[in-house]
Amino acid sequence: MHSAVLVFPGSNREGDVAQAIELVTGRKPSMVWHGDGDFPKVDLIVIPGGFSYGDYLRCGAMAAQSPVMAEVKRRAGQGVPVLAICNGFQIAAEAGLLPGALMRNANLKFVCSDVHLKIESSQSLFTSRYQAGQVIRVPVAHAEGNYFADVETLKRIEDRGQVAFRYCAADGTTDGSGNPNGSIHNIAGIFNETKTVLGLMPHPENAVEPLFGGTDGKPLFEGLCEALS
Amino acid sequence: MTLKNGVLDPQGKAIGHSLNRLGFPEVGDVRQGKFIELELTETDPAKAKERLDEMCRKLLANTVIENYSIELVD
Repeated sequence: MHSAVLVFPGSNREGDVAQAIELVTGRKPSMVWHGDGDFPKVDLIVIPGGFSYGDYLRCGAMAAQSPVMAEVKRRAGQGVPVLAICNGFQIAAEAGLLPGALMRNANLKFVCSDVHLKIESSQSLFTSRYQAGQVIRVPVAHAEGNYFADVETLKRIEDRGQVAFRYCAADGTTDGSGNPNGSIHNIAGIFNETKTVLGLMPHPENAVEPLFGGTDGKPLFEGLCEALS
Repeated sequence: MTLKNGVLDPQGKAIGHSLNRLGFPEVGDVRQGKFIELELTETDPAKAKERLDEMCRKLLANTVIENYSIELVD
């Protein structure tokens, strides 16, 4: 599996995700600079976490208009899978690759901790190595992860099974107690309509080595590798 | 740019609480937003407004969560 990891001024998790991909696939991803409208043909595009363009105006707003994102939108339209993590999720939402928007955390605080996520569906490129209903533990680190969508959009994404992950308690209860940022319906990650684009606030790439506190993020990369190799 | 009705505004809420604490109990709901000043070369008001509207839709506002209004001044 050959992948591309985008790099914007202010990205900071591009190395983490590149390392996670290399660990699982044995192949280093191509690092693609934001000004690059043209990059090699790849099986997977990753938009990593960080603070692209200093989060100026709105998180992800400027990055969404960069030359590389025009090309990402074109390729996503052709079905090339896109994994958008944290700031990447904000960029993908601003670019219109995913519905809704990410807003300031409800408690106005930067949240940096492990969270529990409930896998909503194993029927996707990204979640095939998980079981529906399974609870995993991965870290989050963000100030703007409060997912919002209007009533109609929310109904549509729920009806179509586009919710990938929900914040939950350790026992899998989704009563809001495990929700770190106020996201509507406890949404932590969503797919586009064709389930070829995944955006999520948590960092699966930081949960791939036992020494770093867990490996619950690893099956996401293993599933992608299996499907795209 | 202001948040649309129905979109929770935690920053506005925090501002309201602070004002209440500072001795302004008359303050109820607070909605905060963003103000951007641009200098334009366009001199025709209708054309300027049209361009500004496009700028708002493309970059300055996120219409999923925000409303915007445009004002021209000399």
